[in-house]
Amino acid sequence: MLEVLETGPLATVQDLGRPGYAHIGVGTSGAADRGSLRLANRLVGNPEGAAGIEVTLGGLTVRADRQSTIAVTGASCPVTVDGRRQAVNTVLRVPAGARLRLAHAEHGLRAYLAVRGGIAVEQVLGSRATDLLAGTGPPVLRPGTRLPIGLPPAGFPVVDQAPVPGPATGTLSLTVVPGPRADWFLPGALDTLLRNSYVVTPESNRVGIRLDGPDLPRARRDELPSEGMVAGAIQVPPSGRPTLFLADHPVTGGYPVIAVLVHSDVDKAAQARPGTILRFRRAGGPRGSNEEEQRCPSRTVRAARRR
Amino acid sequence: MRILRCADSGLLVELEDLAAVRALYAALSAAVPPGVTDLVPAARTLLLRVDPDRADLAALERVVRTTPLTAGDRLDEGLLRVPVVYDGADLAAVASATGLTERQVVTEHTGTEWTVAFGGFAPGFGYLAGGSARLEVPRRAESRTRVPAGAVALAGPFSGIYPRESPGGWQLIGRTELEMWRPDRDPPALLRPGVRVRFEEVTG
Repeated sequence: MLEVLETGPLATVQDLGRPGYAHIGVGTSGAADRGSLRLANRLVGNPEGAAGIEVTLGGLTVRADRQSTIAVTGASCPVTVDGRRQAVNTVLRVPAGARLRLAHAEHGLRAYLAVRGGIAVEQVLGSRATDLLAGTGPPVLRPGTRLPIGLPPAGFPVVDQAPVPGPATGTLSLTVVPGPRADWFLPGALDTLLRNSYVVTPESNRVGIRLDGPDLPRARRDELPSEGMVAGAIQVPPSGRPTLFLADHPVTGGYPVIAVLVHSDVDKAAQARPGTILRFRRAGGPRGSNEEEQRCPSRTVRAARRR
Repeated sequence: MRILRCADSGLLVELEDLAAVRALYAALSAAVPPGVTDLVPAARTLLLRVDPDRADLAALERVVRTTPLTAGDRLDEGLLRVPVVYDGADLAAVASATGLTERQVVTEHTGTEWTVAFGGFAPGFGYLAGGSARLEVPRRAESRTRVPAGAVALAGPFSGIYPRESPGGWQLIGRTELEMWRPDRDPPALLRPGVRVRFEEVTG
């Protein structure tokens, strides 16, 4: 049993979601940054799809009633066990009764806590994911929530730590492909998206990231009949300000999609916190075609910035 | 047919009309191609969501293009009888918008068989097509912040039943006691694409 003592702004149980129910209006949901949840599970020897806790901006404290093997990945949250600093992306042996705390995230937005055996709350439609938009799955965690831990899997942790880089700092560059409705926009709109910066606004959540930046004007004013959406779709409502869909996005949407993130960059986007500047780069486009790179011609400077 | 890519995450197939969507959905759901995680039918499109690690989008496009679309080929998931008390808050507005009496609205709504064409909006919500053309009404000018669970409604060529309390802009004509959505039931949604529906008037 894992007892939740504090949650921070938002903490939910997440696994890899519930594909296969979109035709009855149920989205996939699951971890917003799936790669980080997978990594946390691998570290503790769980199957990659076991349920863990998704922690938004840090602030989670939990206490286990028996010795537990735990890993924390994703956003760089300082981790302590009974006040002693621990490393992220490592296998932590947490004694019975000890308090494991994730402090405020220094970089990135979402951290993942996996416990050996997985969080064993009841499944809904084959998944333990909390879908905030559809209201499906376990409730949002609150202080006092007690989470059952499943039986430990047969395999054991095989490494002590994963040498992965933390979430990017500074401007986040994301790769897009023109979307299915790119032709609903004025000819320069896609270039506007690719040549400018967009800022993540505080109205962002697991459903999507709302962006502030230059308008993307539409060429067509007629109504688009609702159609199926994918995670990573950049949808543009009549306001002209785009929304980038994440894990809990609606199954269908009625606004045109100007561009779609390549799948592997959806995890990166899920780590963008309010205030983060996003730049969109066209997949397969010539290097230097994007303004950021033109303004910053030296590869050395760019490499230094990444570090 | 036009096939539009959603990066490496899906194919959006644009079709001639709802009948073609239903035909392609029926054919593909009978034999789901490898790598496809979800089939999402809508009014004019069918989205194939894929697992990018397993799907070959070019091969999937070939499958879609070579799937024959037979008119009348559609999924039949059986008949659901839905008892309705016709006392919705917009019944009078629907009557005046359609030029029918309130009684005629009820007669038209119960007089034909509807079929769930696709889902969306909320878990368990089905867009019911195939009803009387005389019932076509626009959405309400102002969306309601609270529509009760079980509300039976009309919008455009569709009818629908709100599976749970939510905001909504459809015109409310009645209510049913049927529990449209229960995640612990198999299947959880009474309305799934291919389910045929008969509305039956009951008194509250």
